[in-house]
Amino acid sequence: MRFTAKTISLAVASAFVVLGCGKPEAPPPPKAEQPAAPPAKPTVTVKIGHVSPLTGPQAHLGKDNENGARLAIEEANARKLEIGGAVVTFDLLGEDDQADPKQGTTVAQKLIDAKVNGVVGHLNSGTTIPASKLYHDAGIPQISPSATNPKYTQQGFKTAYRVMANDEQQGKVLGDYATHQLAAKKIAIIDDRTAYGQGVADEFEKAAKAGGATIVAREFTNDKATDFAAILTKIKSKKPDIVMYGGMDAQAGPMAQQLKKLGIKSRMLFADGGCTTEFHKLSGDAGEGHYCSLPGLPLDKMPGGPAFKEKYAKRFNVDIQLYAPYAYDAASVMIDAMQRANSVESAKYLEALPKTNLDGVTAKITFDEKGDVKDAAITLYQAKGGKWEALESIGGGAPAPAQPAAMEGMGGMTAAPAAAPAAAAPAEKK
Amino acid sequence: MDTFIQQIINGLVLGSIYALVALGYTMVYGILGLINFAHGEVVMIGALTALTVIKLLADSGLPGTLVVLIGMLAAIPVCMALGFTIERVAYRPLRNAPRLAPLITAIGVSIVLQQLAMIFWGRNYHAFPPILPTTGRDIGGAHITDLQIVIVLLAAAIMAGLMLLVNKTRLGRAMRATAENPQIAGLMGVNINVIISATFLIGSALAAVAGVMVSANYSIAHYHMGFILGLKAFTAAVLGGIGNLPGAMLGGVLLGLIESLGAGYIGDLTGGFLGSHYQDVFAFFVLILVLVFRPSGLMGEKVAERA
Repeated sequence: MRFTAKTISLAVASAFVVLGCGKPEAPPPPKAEQPAAPPAKPTVTVKIGHVSPLTGPQAHLGKDNENGARLAIEEANARKLEIGGAVVTFDLLGEDDQADPKQGTTVAQKLIDAKVNGVVGHLNSGTTIPASKLYHDAGIPQISPSATNPKYTQQGFKTAYRVMANDEQQGKVLGDYATHQLAAKKIAIIDDRTAYGQGVADEFEKAAKAGGATIVAREFTNDKATDFAAILTKIKSKKPDIVMYGGMDAQAGPMAQQLKKLGIKSRMLFADGGCTTEFHKLSGDAGEGHYCSLPGLPLDKMPGGPAFKEKYAKRFNVDIQLYAPYAYDAASVMIDAMQRANSVESAKYLEALPKTNLDGVTAKITFDEKGDVKDAAITLYQAKGGKWEALESIGGGAPAPAQPAAMEGMGGMTAAPAAAPAAAAPAEKK
Repeated sequence: MDTFIQQIINGLVLGSIYALVALGYTMVYGILGLINFAHGEVVMIGALTALTVIKLLADSGLPGTLVVLIGMLAAIPVCMALGFTIERVAYRPLRNAPRLAPLITAIGVSIVLQQLAMIFWGRNYHAFPPILPTTGRDIGGAHITDLQIVIVLLAAAIMAGLMLLVNKTRLGRAMRATAENPQIAGLMGVNINVIISATFLIGSALAAVAGVMVSANYSIAHYHMGFILGLKAFTAAVLGGIGNLPGAMLGGVLLGLIESLGAGYIGDLTGGFLGSHYQDVFAFFVLILVLVFRPSGLMGEKVAERA
């Protein structure tokens, strides 16, 4: 698949025009799209909403998601897809929910009013769950790249999908790892009281208790805090083997540092929210030796990981933060379903979504009856030399825990895209 | 016992930072009767400016403490200029407007500054380079880093300096006169515009110092950091009695201690019924109690004088 500079700039320009942000570096829009296509083929513009926090403490992750979805949409536009006899141009409407559940429903309504045909998002579980009710009532399919709270798909909404393993799976893997491999007996748990942080911490607690560990402290903070001295001091007095934190990197980094300053020697465990490159920047050398888990495989082990990394860097000139590949896949799944249904109508392509069988960047994506991605892998990492080093992957068609085996497993799966003839054009792979 | 001492230390450090920011709120309120909600953002700009300078110099081979000092000295004039501009552009034209107007303007300025900082410094978190010595000392089993000692002492020294300035100098006398009645002070030959500008300059310089302290202590700076900090410091100022300088200091330290001890002991005291996520609730509960029994705050007797 080749892009000409013109098609890309057209796609970029139209995306910016729709967003109304008019970035100065964007090339001037070369006229409107409609008159630019003289052939008889009719064109339609399909609006796809994307929601993530673009301001506030998680803005760096939110922009990352939006970039991922934008990349998928720009590529789809460059391919000039024909759906239902018309050439489709996708417009990404990027909205900001500030990671705030109240704002999440407000922008969800805004997207519904703007008559979007689908929504990629939101980033946080806390915003995704209340918004999913609105999308469901409006009959708009929603694919979240990164909301991992199990409740999201347990509400019985036919419109709710996600492309990432949920916290039930992740918390369990972390809990098992803490009690078995790390042989922790006394565990302290902190969470940030968001739907995500609390959810993953609760699942972890269950698994850790089942593994025979004692929970010596259960403390709480919030997703805007920077000072954890008080709760860490309390935890210090309980002398835990492991401190687990359910929350995002902006808290995880400073927390690791304050842990070290207070002279606590325990290792920390994070779920995916702390499993970012940002964590190392924020924790410095205090981050060394801590563990984290991430749904899916490491970026360079993902079927389309290295290629995606390159594309992303080329297009946006920044590093991938965390969930961009998932946002890319979420948008790709949506476009793929539209192609298979040969319709951009929400109600029609919604029927095609359960039959998704797409070789995404992150994994081969198929859904179970609830809308959760099937057989999702989870990988454990340890911080070494300012990087997350993959320890082992669990699930994802890779029963053997060793990394090379996991790689082979994934490789085997990518070799069989032809099995689904109806699935036209899998996600971009160069 | 060592846990208790540690919690007291945690509270003192946190409280000193709150106090320093609270001074900025209380000075402006004392003189103008205006709650300068943009003050937290000035702290944030101070922190990010200092951090930018510090990052540039981090590899220069200069001693870490000196680099941080240079960063702070760079941030102070930037913040002073910013504070001065805010007052000139946003507050002075509204000085005789109904009181609600400058309050709304203040919130507007706060949002504008936040977004400007987001555009300029980006959405990412900025880590403070690890150039300061992380050594510390143990007091009865509790641990305090040298940086934290400096924070507490510096905050106390600034407070003492400010008290001297307000009570012993010509400028201070003019400030007190303006606070009491701007019109009469003007008739007595006090140039109130100069005094108000000076107040903003001093408050903003304190904000710069506080910003550097916060980012050095937590090793983190972000365009959004001023919001919560400003809110807490405002609470501290109200707790101590807004408009009253020692009150701001007392309120800040007290709020820090309440939060720290609240988070540390509330769970045990209530048998696990309330957890550490109630630390803010606890802090605001104390604030409400104080306001019920002393509506002008702990030390704020003079507040009612200003109409």
